[in-house]
Amino acid sequence: MRTERAVPGLLRAAVLGLFAVFFVLPVVWLVLAATKTDDQLVHDSPLSFGSWSALRANWDALTGYQSGAILRWLGNSAVYSFAALVITLAVAIPAGYALALTEFRGRRALLIATLVVMLMPNATLVVPLFLEVNAVHLIGSMWSIILPYACYPFGVYLAYIYFGAALPRDLLDAAKLDGCSEFAAFRHIALPLAAPVVALVGFFSFVANWTNYFLPYVLLPGSDQVPVQVGLGTLLDNVPQFNPTAGAAAVQRPEVALATLLAITPVLVVFLFSQRFLVAGLLSGATKD
Amino acid sequence: MTTVGSRPRPSRAAPAFVAGYVTLLVAFGIVPTAYAIYFAFTDNEGAFAGLANFAVAAADFRFLPAIGHVALYLVCWLAALVVLVVALALLLHRLGASGAGRTLRLLYYLPGALAGAAGVMVWLFVLDPVVSPVGFLLRALGYETFGQVIAPGNLPVLFAAIAFWTGAGGWIVVLYGALNTISTEVLEAARIDGAGAWQTAWRTQIPLLRKWIVYMVILAFAGGTQLFVEPQLLSQASVGVAGRDYSPNQLSYDFAFQNDNVNTAAAISVELLVVGLVVAAVFVVRSGFFDAD
Repeated sequence: MRTERAVPGLLRAAVLGLFAVFFVLPVVWLVLAATKTDDQLVHDSPLSFGSWSALRANWDALTGYQSGAILRWLGNSAVYSFAALVITLAVAIPAGYALALTEFRGRRALLIATLVVMLMPNATLVVPLFLEVNAVHLIGSMWSIILPYACYPFGVYLAYIYFGAALPRDLLDAAKLDGCSEFAAFRHIALPLAAPVVALVGFFSFVANWTNYFLPYVLLPGSDQVPVQVGLGTLLDNVPQFNPTAGAAAVQRPEVALATLLAITPVLVVFLFSQRFLVAGLLSGATKD
Repeated sequence: MTTVGSRPRPSRAAPAFVAGYVTLLVAFGIVPTAYAIYFAFTDNEGAFAGLANFAVAAADFRFLPAIGHVALYLVCWLAALVVLVVALALLLHRLGASGAGRTLRLLYYLPGALAGAAGVMVWLFVLDPVVSPVGFLLRALGYETFGQVIAPGNLPVLFAAIAFWTGAGGWIVVLYGALNTISTEVLEAARIDGAGAWQTAWRTQIPLLRKWIVYMVILAFAGGTQLFVEPQLLSQASVGVAGRDYSPNQLSYDFAFQNDNVNTAAAISVELLVVGLVVAAVFVVRSGFFDAD
């Protein structure tokens, strides 16, 4: 009897552990790789720590690349992601509120359009967006990135679900009876209660925009304005081991590892700080009633 | 599922609440779609071209292979997603709210931060036997160089592995959440009826997860048809082993920016769009997931 129980338990632990290794090992390797010289990367054990001085040297070499290109790219990513985030929140939360709690002409059509666009992967529209932005001569403008990012139907849907399920209507009715305008009711009653969904929409929008590659790759061709995701591709072109024609601007592999680490740090920080809350938010999204 | 209480009431302020969103949705959802359709059905002088652009795309020697590549990749990725994500969510759920369960959920989700180019960069290293943390595994499988690992035949599996690595954690958390909503009485009843863990999962939990699994598969399918950054960066790093025409999206990009043929590029985009829209529509209509009113 006891062995019968113990074996599935062990098996379960083994499977869960194996996948933990699968998910985490590359991340651990990445952190360690940034502390090595290229020679150490090849010859030392893959999971050994290099040295602080090598990390320092990699940092200097990386920030020296095209006089601080990596910092420029990170800055660009930050500007695009945060600007889009602010617009998304300003636009999606009221829209979700109106869709959930009011009736107006076109409400149903807007709801369906939201669901359809939300289910379409955003890469679908990249080439069409290029054609559109090109037609109005805005290629290379940062708004050609920020505004498409800011259009975030999934955020509207989340807000719609949240207001529909979690906002007590009596509260709004009472406010209206007391002479509150629609805006005042939203501003003073709905919005303060919406903090969890504001944060959830904000997190998803930030991660989606920070990690987007295809849109800026197409809309910001070969300029100083590219975000870090596209910048990583540029670095890759200058790694001799991956591209033998890499010229004088050659980049070593540990520097690329460090650049990748820098590129993911903002998302990791945001995620680690909001982890507990995110799971709760996702769960509240999962419970329908 | 949302309007549990009283029905929404008419509001004169509503247009002001949705105006910003509608503007963005029109400008960056509806207009580009219309524009792509216009381009797809006209020639480079703006005259109606019927299906000529679609014919050019379909006749291109790279088109069918690109569709084939993505189809193969989707089979690998969706199979891995359904089997492993459901299994891992069930296993985690049995751990319950313990510290180990929480930690594992966090660890599984971690690579989610590495979506996009960053994740591909990591995998370029993981797949290079010289520097890889699993170099011993790759060598045991008979691969000595990066070029051998990324042989064209391996790519669907490798792209599926990358997609699983970055995407699975989020879905595990979602399914875990859905499992939590199954009432304990239902599970208790199954246990009293003599169902073991295996039978409970198969007969009770998985059927109740069905909606979520379908949702996951549809989003993963639609996203998978758009494959771009993985093959693009891989082709950059592969010294010519992998081409720049692996996926339909790469082909569309190539037509637009290398061949200066936006009409054919638009035709490919429209085809991808139609796949995306059909999948979305089927889901909206059939699943009842989004029962709006």
